[in-house]
Amino acid sequence: MRLIKAGQHKAVLLAGMLTLASLSGPARAGEEHEAQQFHEEPPVLATLLVDQLEHRWRDGENSVDWELRGWIGGDTHKFWVNARGSKPVEGGVEKAEFQFLYSRMVSEFWDVQAGIRYDVRPQPQTTYAVAGVKGIAPYYFDVTAQAFLSDEGNLSGRIEAEYDILITQKLILQPLAEINLSAQRVRELDLGRGISNIELGLRLRYEVVKEFAPYVGVSWERKLGETANIARRHGEDPSDLALLAGVRFWF
Amino acid sequence: MDRTSNFLTRRDALKLAAMAGMAGVVTAYPGRHSFAAADQTLDLAVERTRITVDGVTSNAIAIGGSIPAPTLRLREGQEVVIRVTNRLNEPTSIHWHGLLLQGVMDGAPGFNGFVPIRPGETYTYHFKLRQAGTYWYHSHSAGQEQEGMYGAIVIEPAERDPVRADREYVVLLSDHTIESPNSVLRNLKVSEGYYNNKKRTLVDFFRDAQRDGWSTTVQDRLDWAEMRMDATDLADVTGYHFLVNGKGAKDNWTAIYKPGERVRLRIINGSAMTIFDVRIPGLPMTVVAADGQNVAPVKVDEFRFGVGETYDVIVLPQGDKPFTFFAEPIDRTGYARATLAVRDGLEGEIPERRPRAILTMADMGMSHEGMDHGAMAGMDHSKMAGMGAGAMPGMDHSNMPGMDHSKMAGMGAGAMPGMDHSNMPGMDHSKMAGMGAGAMPGMDHSNMPGMNNGSMEGMAKAAASSNDQAMGWADAGTPPGAKALSYADLKSLTKAKDVREPTHEIEVRLSGMMSRYIWTLNGNKFDEGEPIRVAYGDRVRIRFVNETMMAHPMHLHGMFMELENGQAGRLPRKHVVLVPPGKTVSVQLTADEPGEWPFHCHLLYHMASGMMTRFIVERRSASL
Repeated sequence: MRLIKAGQHKAVLLAGMLTLASLSGPARAGEEHEAQQFHEEPPVLATLLVDQLEHRWRDGENSVDWELRGWIGGDTHKFWVNARGSKPVEGGVEKAEFQFLYSRMVSEFWDVQAGIRYDVRPQPQTTYAVAGVKGIAPYYFDVTAQAFLSDEGNLSGRIEAEYDILITQKLILQPLAEINLSAQRVRELDLGRGISNIELGLRLRYEVVKEFAPYVGVSWERKLGETANIARRHGEDPSDLALLAGVRFWF
Repeated sequence: MDRTSNFLTRRDALKLAAMAGMAGVVTAYPGRHSFAAADQTLDLAVERTRITVDGVTSNAIAIGGSIPAPTLRLREGQEVVIRVTNRLNEPTSIHWHGLLLQGVMDGAPGFNGFVPIRPGETYTYHFKLRQAGTYWYHSHSAGQEQEGMYGAIVIEPAERDPVRADREYVVLLSDHTIESPNSVLRNLKVSEGYYNNKKRTLVDFFRDAQRDGWSTTVQDRLDWAEMRMDATDLADVTGYHFLVNGKGAKDNWTAIYKPGERVRLRIINGSAMTIFDVRIPGLPMTVVAADGQNVAPVKVDEFRFGVGETYDVIVLPQGDKPFTFFAEPIDRTGYARATLAVRDGLEGEIPERRPRAILTMADMGMSHEGMDHGAMAGMDHSKMAGMGAGAMPGMDHSNMPGMDHSKMAGMGAGAMPGMDHSNMPGMDHSKMAGMGAGAMPGMDHSNMPGMNNGSMEGMAKAAASSNDQAMGWADAGTPPGAKALSYADLKSLTKAKDVREPTHEIEVRLSGMMSRYIWTLNGNKFDEGEPIRVAYGDRVRIRFVNETMMAHPMHLHGMFMELENGQAGRLPRKHVVLVPPGKTVSVQLTADEPGEWPFHCHLLYHMASGMMTRFIVERRSASL
């Protein structure tokens, strides 16, 4: 958490996150209330999953990356938080994104979600409206698809899918894929039109307990099309391969 | 829990101290703690305590100072007054499971005007006993039942007991976890499959591929994954200690007998979540009552035991060698064990553990979807020689209307309705005369989704090595030649009083969303849908359609359900009916108890997650 201390905006958002996380405490401790409610209505629950908190080693500059999600609510309605970001080991935060969403169950396996996304980094800071779906597709793919409309009127989208392969009960291999798209060129963010990048990851985790798992893995990101050209013009490599190690935990 | 200590009397403190000193011997014998039948008024306090199971101490709640709570020994016709004092810091309640009584005395908060008993308050239950038999009582608030709030009720009949016994014991099975019920429920809701440590892995995949072939195994895995279902989902919660009368397997609760005595065991499944397979190796049991109601005696070697059910059995132990009472949960994560012996301190052998079942497509009620039933007439069972019943769980013959069972010599037609061959251990299809190979050409297994030839071979192999694999929910791993109780065996000892044909049918779909841990009746969580309404005096049929891959012990308060198991005129009366995965089970009842009765799955966390409704028996208005 020390990683995103730089920048006051982030501090505020972090405080918000921690408040949310701490709400899970009362939900667990409020037994007297729940005892009365047990039959009448399911309790309000909260959970926070730090899915990735990892060190990435690469040819260029090494970084620390994170991705987490949490929610508070009941079976049907939830307040949902996503956050992700990246910070070079040396230097300030490069990417930091927060999403605050209302999530509603629409079927056994799917939620629709809507809310705001706030990118603190990269600069300039950008606010988006978010609409999306999250759920489990047939064959157990965990899928998130989101559309974003920025305060500048730019439309973009993101599709993520991940899958758990149990090698044993505790050793789990998780491939994941992410595709980012943009409906137009966004000069300030060095984004071209079309598919801007894809990311493929493979993480092997060992669940010491269900709630805590260290992992190792590999991540490969490739900028495509116009976005790749922009990167090349800036003298950057459009592809990025990193070895990684980290921890996954939830409570 | 420091608040609790404020309520401790000196005697309680001494008792606690004594408990601490005798780790492993925490609870009194339920029998020793009994109230005499002559007592008209009983006092029961509900309070926090600690329980030590096999040397592990954890939080618990006791009724009347012990876990299980004292056995209430009562007599039919008696007026009973029970004062329950709540010494917890949360509301509580006590429900008298299986008793016929006035609605408000039933003790389910939010029903029939019963309000929870607040901390420090005393509630006086008052009812007249209109029945005899083995029942039990437990909390109907939050997860308190899981924490130890359960005890036995034994009601002696007013007239001569048709069941003769020299000696009797209450055998109350339960499951205990060191986790708090709220924490269990949270884990179930937040993390799908949190307690399943037997999921199918890549290692299993390669093992199965070796055994059953690659295409079969790949297809099987794809079928399950497409539905986003888990074939290993037998029990939602693990981490349990399984108790007999409050004692762990190592603590070894012991019942004493004299050789040659007829011993009556009043066996109660007071678990929160555990369905057991119960047996006493070397000692056949004669089932004489189910859910407190006498049945025609049935001699069995084992039975599957739904949560909330009770069975009374008679055993005739001979010699002085100890017998082991053995109850394995269906997910085989441990066992409850007790001993029948001629004196204390003896231990019988721990029998070999049964294999854990893998669910099949039949458990989803899907194996015969789109099947041409006409083609089934050509099915040749005789070629399945050597396939014990244990190997056939994937085949529910009751779903095959096109098949002519009447041709099976040696099987009475009366036993046919609703017959599930998978529940018939020891049955050998190869012996069915009139089903010879010649008569049945052209059976095409490939028409049966989820049951192609490949998996048949796999099943045959599984049969050969059934020690490591059981196929389908119903496969208890019963050895060939052993008799497991089937619901079809239960026949009421007395004739039904009301034999009217039901005037209407109520369908109750048992459904849920495992991934979210939401459980529903007719698609609705508790109090989201319409309650079930029945007119007083009506004869109705309830059809339970289990759309899930878990078994649900369905419990109706206030009235007995008469299980439609083919025993015409003598349908067994039950307060809990265990509905296997993917199956349909129907019951009849006469709505002769006015009130607003809880109707729910007796798996605690299913009920807590919505699997409950109101069953309202309405008095006819004057105009009708």
